[in-house]
Amino acid sequence: MAETLTHIGRTEPRPAGLQGIAADWSSDQRAFKNVSWGKAMMWIFLLSDTFIFGCFLLSYMTARISTRVPWPNPSEVFALRIGGSDIPLILIAIMTFVLISSSGTMAMAVNFGYRRDRRKTAILMLLTAALGATFVGMQAFEWTKLITEGVRPWGNPWGAAQFGSSFFMITGFHGTHVTIGVIFLIIVARKVWRGDFDTGRRGFFTSRTGRYENVEIMGLYWHFVDLVWVFIFAFFYLW
Amino acid sequence: MAEATANGLGQHALDVGHAHEVPATGISHAEVHQEHPIKLYLVVWAWLFILSTCSYLVDYFGLHGYLRWSLILIFMILKAGLIVAVFMHMAWERLALTYAIILPPILVLVFVTMMVFEADYTLFTRLAFFGAGP
Repeated sequence: MAETLTHIGRTEPRPAGLQGIAADWSSDQRAFKNVSWGKAMMWIFLLSDTFIFGCFLLSYMTARISTRVPWPNPSEVFALRIGGSDIPLILIAIMTFVLISSSGTMAMAVNFGYRRDRRKTAILMLLTAALGATFVGMQAFEWTKLITEGVRPWGNPWGAAQFGSSFFMITGFHGTHVTIGVIFLIIVARKVWRGDFDTGRRGFFTSRTGRYENVEIMGLYWHFVDLVWVFIFAFFYLW
Repeated sequence: MAEATANGLGQHALDVGHAHEVPATGISHAEVHQEHPIKLYLVVWAWLFILSTCSYLVDYFGLHGYLRWSLILIFMILKAGLIVAVFMHMAWERLALTYAIILPPILVLVFVTMMVFEADYTLFTRLAFFGAGP
């Protein structure tokens, strides 16, 4: 795909690098030449979501820098008592591995989707959804544990009051994303299983026929959820 | 990743019988399918596990100061890069899309800089008027 369509409708070899970008964007047709609108729109949605989570993490940073009161040590707050000794952050680490694994199964589901292997695609997507649900379950456990220990959006027993509000806001919003992802994974997996993308059956909501690319677009969303967790893990739990 | 195929025009280096319909919309509008060997995903998956373990160990061994922060950031960026590049197939997308998506979030760093100054100033005024923490 090393061509670009010029404004006079002639196909010319696409220049390399920045000139190629300028040629694509100024071509008076569509900027994303070989990307379907569905995929482009998902990317643009994810870009806007990036800014939302970026602002959450920014507000957390601002609160943490500007408080006079010491910030609670996440390593101790999120420690879990297993076999008589406190293991720091162990639940968060397990959650991280679960989410990464779900990303791996999702990537493989996309691959099998393009190979028209309906069975494997659907199974891998359902496995992804199960891992995602596991993640949400562990998060619910984490919330319950912290709430019973007295963490509230307006205060906590260990230090700066902003800790609770940042924690509930950031992880709550991320958990919501995971939950929505699980629901849509199940919907798309059902479509794959039934063969909707082969028979051209129309969606119940959009009345449009789908393609196996829908699996990839679903995958983009899911990997994004994993991506956001990478940043939350680094900045909120490890910092 | 020379064996990775990202095209919608047939030419599949992969095994198994593909029954691909080729988009008949003309060469410059052909939409690409992202097909890569499963092994690639498994390798990236393994690396994500290794990097996550490393960043967990940073906390487990209780590293402090700049060493801790730089290690956390390095592992974070490597993980994010692997997910975006391979799992989300950004490495094979056309530059016009890649730049449109990757460049804008970098502007968040400008925001970060502004808020670091703002937060430092807030802390300064709090200390000046209320003294050190309780």
